[in-house]
Amino acid sequence: MIQQVEDPAVEVHDLTVTYHKKPVLWDIDLTLPRGAIIGIIGPNGAGKSTLIKSMMNLIPHSSGYVRIFDSNIDEVRPQVSYVPQKESVDWDFPASVMDVVLMGRYARLGLFKRPRKADREVALDCLKKVGMEAYKSRQIAQLSGGQQQRVFLARALAQEAEIYFMDEPFAGVDAATEKAIIGLLREMSEKGKTVVVIHHDIQSALEYFNWIVLLNMRLVASGPTQETLIPSLLEETYGGKLTLLAEVGNLMHKKEFTGRDKR
Amino acid sequence: MGQLWEFLSFAEPNIRYVTFGSILLCSSAAVVGSFIFLKKKALVGDAVAHSVLPGVCLGFILAGNKNPILLIAGAFVTGWLSLVTIDYISARSKIKEDTAIGLILSVFFGIGILLLTYIQHSGNAAQSGLDHFLFGKAAAMVSDDVNIFGGMAFVLIIAVALLFKEFTLISFDVDFAKTIGFPVKGLELVLTTLTVFAIVAGIQAIGVVLMAAILITPAAAARFWTNNLRKMIFLAAAFGGFSGLAGAYISYIAPAMPTGPWIVMVISVIAFFSFFFAPQKGIVMKLISRRAMAHQIQEENVLKLLFQLGQEDKNYFQQRSVGDIQARRPFNTKLLLSALERLKKQGFLEKGDDRWQFTQAGQKKGARMVKLHRLWEVYLTRYLRIAPDHVHEDAETIEHIITPDLEAKLEKLLEYPVKDPHESDIPYL
Ligand SMILES: Nc1ncnc2c1ncn2[C@@H]1O[C@H](COP(=O)(O)OP(=O)(O)OP(=O)(O)O)[C@@H](O)[C@H]1O
Ligand SMILES: [Mg+2]
Repeated sequence: MIQQVEDPAVEVHDLTVTYHKKPVLWDIDLTLPRGAIIGIIGPNGAGKSTLIKSMMNLIPHSSGYVRIFDSNIDEVRPQVSYVPQKESVDWDFPASVMDVVLMGRYARLGLFKRPRKADREVALDCLKKVGMEAYKSRQIAQLSGGQQQRVFLARALAQEAEIYFMDEPFAGVDAATEKAIIGLLREMSEKGKTVVVIHHDIQSALEYFNWIVLLNMRLVASGPTQETLIPSLLEETYGGKLTLLAEVGNLMHKKEFTGRDKR
Repeated sequence: MGQLWEFLSFAEPNIRYVTFGSILLCSSAAVVGSFIFLKKKALVGDAVAHSVLPGVCLGFILAGNKNPILLIAGAFVTGWLSLVTIDYISARSKIKEDTAIGLILSVFFGIGILLLTYIQHSGNAAQSGLDHFLFGKAAAMVSDDVNIFGGMAFVLIIAVALLFKEFTLISFDVDFAKTIGFPVKGLELVLTTLTVFAIVAGIQAIGVVLMAAILITPAAAARFWTNNLRKMIFLAAAFGGFSGLAGAYISYIAPAMPTGPWIVMVISVIAFFSFFFAPQKGIVMKLISRRAMAHQIQEENVLKLLFQLGQEDKNYFQQRSVGDIQARRPFNTKLLLSALERLKKQGFLEKGDDRWQFTQAGQKKGARMVKLHRLWEVYLTRYLRIAPDHVHEDAETIEHIITPDLEAKLEKLLEYPVKDPHESDIPYL
């Protein structure tokens, strides 16, 4: 069940991604609709983080290409926002909550310029939206996991982008925060923004997303939630049928197989 | 003392030069080094520092004398080469980065020593003093050197000030920096270039062997004192500058002594001091506050117990012996006695022939402790639905940290209960 859309927000064309010659994503080909809340679902190690990182060109592609709003990503960067997995940074870094949220304004500021008063106000506004304004001067080392997640979310909001890529924004947050966050995402989607979210809970996925991508090293499904979150497709995603694919991948790694690489 | 005064008065122009130069070099190295520290690249810094030696020697061989421009150029080339090689090896082979760093450091430094020995035996009279590049000799700097190296240091500080926001971002979250379209590769290149510059600028005063220490240690020490990046960098610069000053002084009073080790000694002492005594993060300060808390808990427990005994006997001001107290609760005798003595000093107890009794203030404080304990028990049973026989332990710890502010809130929330879950009276004053 792979459904393509007209005038997509994201177009991924025949994308293969390798780490040290070992493919972790095979021939992904999909399109994501504009203004939707899109869930990417799959088991651990399925390549979900890898997929959104390669959509933003953080990881080189072995073959294929990605286009966002029908442009090369580098032409639309100011409209793209990224919420990394919160484990990806060192939270012991000497910075305050406000400092981190202000980083969301850097794309607009450009090089050399310092944040202005207006930027601080936008940042404070975004902190309010995630319910963290009381923590604005707090050191980031003194936040709980859920609070860290909210700070990252506030930083993304401060970017005022058109499309948001979020790597497990619900990991380690309590039920009330999760509700607040999904409320925010819905608000954004109503304003026409596209939100791509990596998510682990299938139960809530039914309710949260209007488009689902099922992934396990290869694309299993991409389409409206009602048509994709069905037992047979979930079985295909989670049912460990892909041992063969994994084995071939390992072989390519061992033999330094270079056939797929562009260089 | 006379010497120190003479030194500080800068009577000799050469002292002025050397001192000013050392301070500038060390603080600029500390400023650039702060970002290396935050990026956790200390080892790379060390490798580059060692790798500039062959470049310096090659520069000398080419020029035939200690022309600073050629020495710097040589240092720059091999410093860079070492970095590129480390990156190449760890990206293209199975060798991990730390191994690659160790490998490059020893190979480049080995070649450097080889070249240095060759130059020393070549009979070139101009080579005297080239070995200072190993361990540094601040006093060997002449005014030209200071102008050039000091000028470089100055440029470094300006560059970091201009790119502060960008360097902070790539140290904290590189991926995010890439997604917003910052030229991350370019910025990393600039930061690395600045690092190589800082090392090259410092070789004459500090020497290649110990250069990494002056890059990293000031930042590591400063981190103990603050959580604010700007403050941290200013502090690192101050620590670095101070150790540079000390190095210049040593160079002045003991001309035969290399300065690098002394500079590193001073900065290490600062780092050790920070490690132990910095407020909040220092180990000693943590111990002290933990001890103070332990004392407070003991004292409050004694007061609480005396109040409970008084409540039972309907006589709060009865004199009680250590044995009376221990009969109720098995305090360690030594700890109990010292707590009693402290309470006497604080004016909560009085002592008459080895027996102890409340003062008015003591009775009041004892009542407050009992009240807090019982209020917390009520709170736990009512709001957390914990069984009455499970609340005592928890209340034993919480009672010591409830502030008067929380106390008032608790009383109001529970509407001034008169009995605790065990049917004991809650004393109000
Ligand atoms: N930097 C890396 N180098 C080598 N292999 C990697 C790297 N990052 C990820 N991988 C491998 O690529 C595969 C996909 O990883 P990825 O992080 O994209 O999975 P994921 O779906 O996000 O998993 P999770 O649910 O655990 O976050 C995994 O097998 C992982 O081991
Ligand atoms: Mg992931």
